[in-house]
Amino acid sequence: MNDRAIVLEARGISRAFPGVQALAGVDLTLRAGEVHALMGQNGAGKSTLIKVLTGLCPPDAGEIKLFDRSNGGQVIALHSPQQAQRLGISAVHQESHLLPNLSVAENICAGRYPRRPWPRGGGIDWPETRRRARELLGKLGIDLDVTQLAGGMPAAVQQLAAVARAVAGDARVLILDEPTSSLDADEVQALFRLIRTLRDQGVAILFVTHFLDQVYEICQRITVLRNGRLVGEYACDQLDARGLVAAMVGREVAEAHKSHAHAPAAATAPAALAARNLSRRGVLKPMDVQVRRGEVLGIAGLLGSGRTELARLLFALDRRDSGGIDVDGRPVRLENPGDALRLGLGFCPEDRKQDGIVAELPVRENIVLALQARMGLAKFLTRAQQRALAEKLVAALGIKTASIETPIGQLSGGNQQKAIIARWLATDPRVLILDEPTRGVDVAAKQELMNEILKLAAGGTAVLFISAEIEEVVRVSDRIVVLRDRAKAGELPGEAGEDAVYSMIAGDA
Amino acid sequence: MKRLAQHALFWPSATLVLLLLVNAVFNPSFLALTWRDGHLFGNLIDILNRAAPLMIVSLGMTLVIAIRGLDISVGAVVAIAATVAALLVGGGFSADGAAASEHPLWMALGAALLIAAACGLWNGLLVVKAGMQPIVATLILMVAGRGVAQLLTDGQIITVYYAPYYVLGSGFLLGLPVALWIAALLWVALQLFTTRTALGLFIRAIGGNPEAARVAGVRASGIALCVYTFCGFSAGVAGLIISSNVKSADANSAGQLLELDAILAVTLGGTALTGGRFSLAGTVLGALIIQTLTSTIYSLGVPPEVTLVVKAALVFAVMLLQSAEFRALVMRVVRPRAGTA
Amino acid sequence: MKHPLLPLAITIALFVAMAAFGGARYQGFLSLQVFLNLLIDNAFLCVVAVGMTFVILSGGIDLSVGALIALTTMISAALLNAGWNAWAVMSTVLAVGAAFGALQGFLIQRFGLAPFIVTLAGMFLARGCCYLISTESIPISDASYTAIAQARFPVGFDASLTVGAVIAIIVVVAGMRVAHATEFGRTVYAIGGAESAARLMGLPVATTRVRVYLLSGFTAALAGIVMTFYMLSGYSLHAVGLELDAIAAVVIGGTLLAGGVGYVAGTLFGVLILGIIQTLIAFDGTLSSWWTRIVVGVLLLLFCLLQRLFEARSRKVA
Repeated sequence: MNDRAIVLEARGISRAFPGVQALAGVDLTLRAGEVHALMGQNGAGKSTLIKVLTGLCPPDAGEIKLFDRSNGGQVIALHSPQQAQRLGISAVHQESHLLPNLSVAENICAGRYPRRPWPRGGGIDWPETRRRARELLGKLGIDLDVTQLAGGMPAAVQQLAAVARAVAGDARVLILDEPTSSLDADEVQALFRLIRTLRDQGVAILFVTHFLDQVYEICQRITVLRNGRLVGEYACDQLDARGLVAAMVGREVAEAHKSHAHAPAAATAPAALAARNLSRRGVLKPMDVQVRRGEVLGIAGLLGSGRTELARLLFALDRRDSGGIDVDGRPVRLENPGDALRLGLGFCPEDRKQDGIVAELPVRENIVLALQARMGLAKFLTRAQQRALAEKLVAALGIKTASIETPIGQLSGGNQQKAIIARWLATDPRVLILDEPTRGVDVAAKQELMNEILKLAAGGTAVLFISAEIEEVVRVSDRIVVLRDRAKAGELPGEAGEDAVYSMIAGDA
Repeated sequence: MKRLAQHALFWPSATLVLLLLVNAVFNPSFLALTWRDGHLFGNLIDILNRAAPLMIVSLGMTLVIAIRGLDISVGAVVAIAATVAALLVGGGFSADGAAASEHPLWMALGAALLIAAACGLWNGLLVVKAGMQPIVATLILMVAGRGVAQLLTDGQIITVYYAPYYVLGSGFLLGLPVALWIAALLWVALQLFTTRTALGLFIRAIGGNPEAARVAGVRASGIALCVYTFCGFSAGVAGLIISSNVKSADANSAGQLLELDAILAVTLGGTALTGGRFSLAGTVLGALIIQTLTSTIYSLGVPPEVTLVVKAALVFAVMLLQSAEFRALVMRVVRPRAGTA
Repeated sequence: MKHPLLPLAITIALFVAMAAFGGARYQGFLSLQVFLNLLIDNAFLCVVAVGMTFVILSGGIDLSVGALIALTTMISAALLNAGWNAWAVMSTVLAVGAAFGALQGFLIQRFGLAPFIVTLAGMFLARGCCYLISTESIPISDASYTAIAQARFPVGFDASLTVGAVIAIIVVVAGMRVAHATEFGRTVYAIGGAESAARLMGLPVATTRVRVYLLSGFTAALAGIVMTFYMLSGYSLHAVGLELDAIAAVVIGGTLLAGGVGYVAGTLFGVLILGIIQTLIAFDGTLSSWWTRIVVGVLLLLFCLLQRLFEARSRKVA
């Protein structure tokens, strides 16, 4: 295959944030007239790389070269979105693409409004603005009323308008970050027609997505990141879906650990937690999920498949649009986390910084928080009781902290995670939902956590274990629910093995 | 010494001590305390007495700020409480010429406090149920509340002649001002409540990370309602003390700018406006600092108008110190990085 | 958001309803001069409310404007009494106001400080400076000022406007143009709508924010000049609480307190509504003027609740 001309070359890009190395020596090559996919799980470094390429955050190391038709590559230093756009690097970001309170025409032309000449006022030329917007959208095959407010437009139209804005300035590099996450099949096709047009015009396109089939439909090359490192650059026709998933998910630990022998829960026991027809509009399609006492139910699926959303609905953090929940066989009222807590549910969130820890409070208080919330205002655990409980759990889980009075924000990510798990263990839960409990945790600590989870199940707790690392899910689960595209793709027994899960995710039916 | 300096209350205490020393230097009799008319007498007692209403309002405000809220209506609630109490007591005289109260004193005070608490609850409902920003929700009462108070009094100042009413603001108990006892009582009660029940923990969790607190099952709405109601109640108490002190209720000016002083006292005491950890003791110190500042300026012979400018400078200083970007800037200037990344 | 003009329509409808109510109930209400007085008596509020509109549109708030107005009157009075020329005085105070606003804007933008607190401290500072100049009211006897204060522009039907009212009209028209036809104005809307998106789009968020507060300070100073014509004195206690009236006028005028939605024209009607409430109360004769505060508070509550409903519904759709 003829290699097309390189437009942008990034070499050795590294970037660290406090506590985490987001990118370490990543290379990326974008060529004219090619759609290049950027793939990876949560925490792989995709968003950081895009921030670097669009001038939102400078890299700690590495260089970016922009290639011109005339000369060779020129090293550029990006320091603001404004400057990146001037250099021809345009992006459509994942969240907040448009300004909801302004019209579509305004969104497309903001910052580059056509002006009336001075004799006639010198203000913004609105008819010309609208004409330009219509023309741009028309060039890309879209026809709509550009005077309507962007906020009222369906997500697909907003996406397309954002793309129109991105190419309005004659972009040479177009970065699309998860542009299809809220589009239906027809809308995706409309977007793809647009992308193909741009590609044929010689634009270099970076396409970030977690939808495997879309990658194979529109892209020519794939770059895979994992844990901030480059796994590899592949041509689409040289790597199949299963191989792609394996590259993204990978194997952390070299030797396969034997599954721990644990008695599977009696199949006749009523489900500790059962959800029937659970759904939330635009977030999760209706599905049934049950988990029995003493069972470890694994939830496997790629980013965006609905794993966290399912967990949040089960714990009533988000309101469900349909479905009922039974606990121990009886239907219950489960409308908010307080209800969930009282019913004996527990939830370790995926984003511990945002939803888990209260950074300035000491470890002790973070650990006793849920238990205290259940006990209420009046029945207060004395300082001595809190200390005893916290110390017991710190020892049991091996939490490395100078003391239980240390503000939890100062602990490492893994230890913070353990503390959150300790918080829920303190409530002696009937059902414990763990969303990515081993993310950002080192290998040794991971093993300890996995053992804890198995111990919990052995003790009779029903455990829902969600992880992006499929190998982990397979190792520890009695049963696995596989999610794909916010719907349940199927269930597998725990012995099924990773390949079976990969297949179900990839959609090889 | 360094460990002492890192204690949360160090800076407020140091500032207060500094102010008192400045006073003592310029006015040797400043720190003098004598016993007169059956109670302690002196500048310090004056400061404590006058700071009491501010202390009380600021205590209520502390908890509101701790849960990431704000209440700018406290001044209006002070006016309302003072008005209600003064109206119920009335400026009347009884048959034998002695001042009498139209209603039993406990009823007048009780009604005023009840209405003040209701005002606080109203604010809380707007914030929690209607989901309004705290500034906006309390702005409404700030605008309308004073109007209600003015309406009730028709803009007139109601003078109260009933002697027992003066006890709150001007009375003494065991040598110290009654107002101070009330403030101390409220402080102790609040301290007990926040440390002997889960309230303190919940407030710190909600203010520190509302989403994490929610996931952990903490019921933020109920706590928010209680906190706002208490803030209104404390404004009511302050209103009673203030009006008792001046023996009247002036709907126009009672509590004017009090909310700003309260926010300043809370901030000076170390509670961050972003919520989370709070310090009741710090707030009390903050209120004392503000009152001492006012007294210092007065006793130094500096025109009292300067007070506002100094307060403004204090607010700016505290704000900047609490800003992460500012601290980063100072660090870069004071300790430039050796070489760039 | 289906009908962006809906809040404005509600405001105008409310004004018309109140005018009709007044006309039906009181003799002589529906005279041109009565309506022009709405503008004349509230000219300074109108000017400062236009500046406040921009601040609120950008998602911020400015509590210092009342104090700035008072400071402007004080500085004007002091300088005039020191023999300064009227035009020099006016240019000076406008520059002071703009600089004050810009400084606040800079602190807010550069250090990420909450606008509420920064402008609160600014209010303390400005009023403190007022007191530093003088605690007493300083009368103004400058010939130019008195001439301007007494000037009247007849508009027919036995009615006339003051200089202040004319300035207010010019400011409103200018405000409408800036909001609708300049990059600055549109960027203000963008920041209020979705600041992160605006930044990602490469819009000049930082400079625009500073300029918004500069504009607020400038309009406050201009309003101060108008008040100086109206009161012919400089006094520290002028315009106490005026910032709240300005905010109320902006909110009642249909601008969302969260920012991003609203029209300068709406603010004009918000000011007129505040004025007409006072006029209705004055015409009634039996109600005390305290009712104004209460009615304003109630209106504010209703509009805020309406806004919440609005936001809740549009979030459901999104």
